[in-house]
Amino acid sequence: MQTLLEMRNITKTFPGVKALDDVNLKVTEGEIHALVGENGAGKSTLMKVLSGVYPKGTYDGEIHYDGQLAGFAGISDSEKLGIIIIHQELALVPLLSIAENLFIGNECAKAGVVNWHETFRRTEGLLKKVGLNEPPAAQVDSLGVGKQQLVEIAKALSKDVRLLILDEPTAALSESDSQALLDLLLELKAQGVTSIVISHKLNEVRRIADTITVIRDGATVSTLDARKEPITEDRIVRDMVGRDMSQRYPERPRRAGDMLLEVRDWNVWHPEHAARQVIRDINFHVRAGEVVGIAGLMGAGRTELAMSLFGKSYGRNISGSVELRGKAIDTSTVAAAIRSGLAYVTEDRKELGLILEESIQRNVTLANLIDVSKSGVINEAEETKVAERYRAAMNIRTPSVFQKVVNLSGGNQQKVVLSKWLFAGPEVLILDEPTRGIDVGAKFEIYGIINELSAEGKGVLMISSEMPELLGMCDRIYVMNQGSFVGELSAVEASQERIMSLIVTE
Amino acid sequence: MTDTASQARNADKAKSISGYLASHLRDYGLLFALIAIMVFFQIVTDGTLLRPVNITNLFLQNSYIIIMALGMLIVIVGGHIDLSVGSVMGFVGALAAVMIVNWNVPVALTIPACLVVGILIGAAQGYWVAYWKIPSFIVTLAGMLVFRGLSLWLLEGQSVGPFPRSFQLLSTGFIPDVFGVGRPNITALAVGIVAAAAIVWMGLRKRARNKAYGIEDEPTAFFLIRNAIVAGALLFVMYKLSTFRGLPNVLVTMGILTIIYAFLTEQTTIGRRIYALGGNVKAAKLSGIPTERLTFLTFVNMGLLAALAGLIFAARLNTATPKAGFAVELDVIAAVFIGGASMSGGVGKIVGAVVGAFIMGVMNNGMSIMGIGIDYQQVIKGLVLLAAVIFDVYNKQKQG
Repeated sequence: MQTLLEMRNITKTFPGVKALDDVNLKVTEGEIHALVGENGAGKSTLMKVLSGVYPKGTYDGEIHYDGQLAGFAGISDSEKLGIIIIHQELALVPLLSIAENLFIGNECAKAGVVNWHETFRRTEGLLKKVGLNEPPAAQVDSLGVGKQQLVEIAKALSKDVRLLILDEPTAALSESDSQALLDLLLELKAQGVTSIVISHKLNEVRRIADTITVIRDGATVSTLDARKEPITEDRIVRDMVGRDMSQRYPERPRRAGDMLLEVRDWNVWHPEHAARQVIRDINFHVRAGEVVGIAGLMGAGRTELAMSLFGKSYGRNISGSVELRGKAIDTSTVAAAIRSGLAYVTEDRKELGLILEESIQRNVTLANLIDVSKSGVINEAEETKVAERYRAAMNIRTPSVFQKVVNLSGGNQQKVVLSKWLFAGPEVLILDEPTRGIDVGAKFEIYGIINELSAEGKGVLMISSEMPELLGMCDRIYVMNQGSFVGELSAVEASQERIMSLIVTE
Repeated sequence: MTDTASQARNADKAKSISGYLASHLRDYGLLFALIAIMVFFQIVTDGTLLRPVNITNLFLQNSYIIIMALGMLIVIVGGHIDLSVGSVMGFVGALAAVMIVNWNVPVALTIPACLVVGILIGAAQGYWVAYWKIPSFIVTLAGMLVFRGLSLWLLEGQSVGPFPRSFQLLSTGFIPDVFGVGRPNITALAVGIVAAAAIVWMGLRKRARNKAYGIEDEPTAFFLIRNAIVAGALLFVMYKLSTFRGLPNVLVTMGILTIIYAFLTEQTTIGRRIYALGGNVKAAKLSGIPTERLTFLTFVNMGLLAALAGLIFAARLNTATPKAGFAVELDVIAAVFIGGASMSGGVGKIVGAVVGAFIMGVMNNGMSIMGIGIDYQQVIKGLVLLAAVIFDVYNKQKQG
């Protein structure tokens, strides 16, 4: 069998971060090659290098495709050679028809005039190939996610695909849709299409993959040949997480106090697709002084859980009870949730956490203007005092509290968000990816702040995709998958392997 | 050694002054643009621009624009726009005329009734924008057509007037001179002196407080020059007015409203929340701010001010015409953007909008005195608006 693609010694650096370090990947013609690794291991970056999203020259190393040294200046270059990538977020235009979407940028046209007859005829052929029984004129947003995924694959086929790359194709699909998709991939393989599949679902990987490459921390860990010997999921998990805990976490005396927050029978449905349940029968509690983690992969429903708790900011038909110190509290609006003693530090601080064009001072007081005002009139001097206090306590590095937050680094922005919520005086803080995208030094400072909160007897619920962080910080960890809690581990029991295996075995 | 140290300190100081200027270029630029435009027209019109009668006219002519600019600024800061204000203003003027002239409703009843109608119109439009998330552009475009049509219907295509004297006073009346001298009008002078003193005193007080808290402030020279110009201009205008007929009622209304809205936007929690909602609506919502209700209220307020503007405009013309308020929304919006507000919301100041409206007003007035045709006037006004916004964007890019 012939090698179709070989990526040799690929190294890609972003300012301050080495995303890929000497990665090697070899894909044989006609196989399904699975690429696995934790969030942030570098899988998507590697595929972006391959497809030309990161053009030639912005990375080191060589790409050999079909026996020739290749390097692409952009996606259109790689598509010409039949390399098609389907991203996790589908790239379809929702308000156009299937036929229009299939040939977008590649229309059956002469001198700019579209031949609709030809377009529809070819669309029907392609839809048959992927087993999608929908009229070519159907509008894409009337289709479910599973069918949209098939449209994406049909679109790839329309471009004479030789190497199909799928990034988490089943992440958003139901069980039966996933099965159908996997079957389709096997069928395409029989027709000679080579695929690279990025996936977290190891049972699916085992089912379809001929070869498995594991990437960890931007480097290739192993390449396993499933045709020679059966590969166990344990083996893959070990390679995925097998790093030693080299990061350091500030020490904290672990002591759980009285019961603080208790959530029972929490159920949430999708805000737009009323039939889709996003959160299913979740029960959990947080004690005073406890740091509780929620582990899970992207799309597990962690952020949705947090936002639905915080003033019903996500979802519909929310049911369940929330108690603080044994008393039911009102979380029906964000303002009520804040008054009841909750705070939610959002995952996306720029989009959801900060008013970027406003000053640090105005951001810090935003969630609690009452405490710096008297009958509706703001005492700006008092406000400045508050901002200065948090600037000192949080060590926000800035020339002044009047600086716009847009000018701060990620770590300092995160400290402004934390300041805002601390000033709101909560009893329980929900921290959603509190250290995402910030450097190691700032991370350490944020861990220190979390520990201080716990020492003051506040409860902290921490959502993180970085497992070492959860293991290093938390007293207890809930493991979440597909909208449910699938396990609960104490700090002593928890390990990356156990968390991973709870997620991947269902 | 000391030389280099003091040189470095001077360099630092120079840098901080130029840095301060760079970051506040917009605020000073606006003030100086207004002054430059006034000086220019004063010269080319051989001194007509700043004659007492013309200054009085400037206020009378632009009062309704300025009053609506106050509301429009808040709507735009909140991230929306209101295209209907010209039509609403015309409609309310027509309603007042029909009530007073045709139905013989007393003036004292008509005025509050018209203001309530303005509030209801604002609420009707704000409801769709705030709670149904229908783009304000569309809702208020519809409102613009609807109320234009309703004014025509109400007036049956005719002009209705004249108004009784008591209604006209709303716009063309003057505050009587309590000191009884008449000319120069001592009341106007006294108000000017008190207002100028108040501005300087409040500036000094804020400065002292900032100093006590160790807050960086504008360089002393800037503070002095700016206050000298503002206080000087105020005294000058008041002196000129006092030698004519004194303080126009509208000027008092306008001044009081400007102070109220400047206070509301800069000093109160509700103002702060509107800026937050315009700056990032999602973050504001997740900070517990009732974003829908606030958006609704910005439109209610706009409706109220448009109604007030409608009454003042009708009172000034002494008749309600079907064409009243035509395309006025564009002047109001232009004034707000010239005044430094940002289309994307979250940025803008009341004082900026007022100065922006005066820039437009002085240009209209000056060009008319010069005898420049309405065709060229429109072109020049359009270019000034474009230049002001380009200046903003350029400034921002340079900083970022």
